[in-house]
Amino acid sequence: MERFSRYVYAICGRGFRLAQHDAEDVFQEVFARAFERLSELRSDEAVRPWLAQLTRRLCIDKLRLLARDTPSDAEPDEREVDDLLATLDEAMTVRAALDNVGDPCREILDRFFCRDESYRTIGDVLSMPAGTIASRISRCLEKLRSEFDGRNQGSRPS
Amino acid sequence: MSEMNGFDEERIGRLLRLLPPAPEGWVRAAQELPAARAALDELVVRAEQDATFRLQLQADLERAVAAAGYEPSPFIVSRLRQLLRTD
Repeated sequence: MERFSRYVYAICGRGFRLAQHDAEDVFQEVFARAFERLSELRSDEAVRPWLAQLTRRLCIDKLRLLARDTPSDAEPDEREVDDLLATLDEAMTVRAALDNVGDPCREILDRFFCRDESYRTIGDVLSMPAGTIASRISRCLEKLRSEFDGRNQGSRPS
Repeated sequence: MSEMNGFDEERIGRLLRLLPPAPEGWVRAAQELPAARAALDELVVRAEQDATFRLQLQADLERAVAAAGYEPSPFIVSRLRQLLRTD
């Protein structure tokens, strides 16, 4: 749920640039429908494209509904959305590798890149000297890249 | 920075930035959806069987839901509104 919530949130915000309250409506609707279909959607491979298409459709519905009240050309280009979804799929693969890297690297990288926290904040929360955070991030990125490359090589046909 | 498969560390960082966490309240509300759906089903059955309750819902939906012992969450309220409109 946590991982997919980021994915759906990114599609609503980055892909369709919905205002927060509109994005929240779509977000809740996506998960309401997802829970109804949960028994049919067992693997990540099945869930992700299903969620992407559902979120995309609901975002378009929302934009069309909003345009009825306030006409605009806010509906994004289909190709732009396709490109963004492809990039988000890559991001989700990196995210899965991050989950495998484990803590403290997972938490350090998540706080720095995803939550945009400063070295000082990360150091305070994780009880680490702020001066060591940059080098830890660098080492953790290296570790994540190795994990990511290992996953990719493992999934490549020989 | 080292590079392999076109995924150097900078690119990995950029990809991670694309997935910030959704607001906690949204995630919590979504996690509560299965329970909310069960509550909604109970409220719908009651509204179908109890004309007085149905009138109370039409008069003041949030208050009627709360008086029936359920949390009038945005999900329950919006779904009930939809159902009352379509009847």
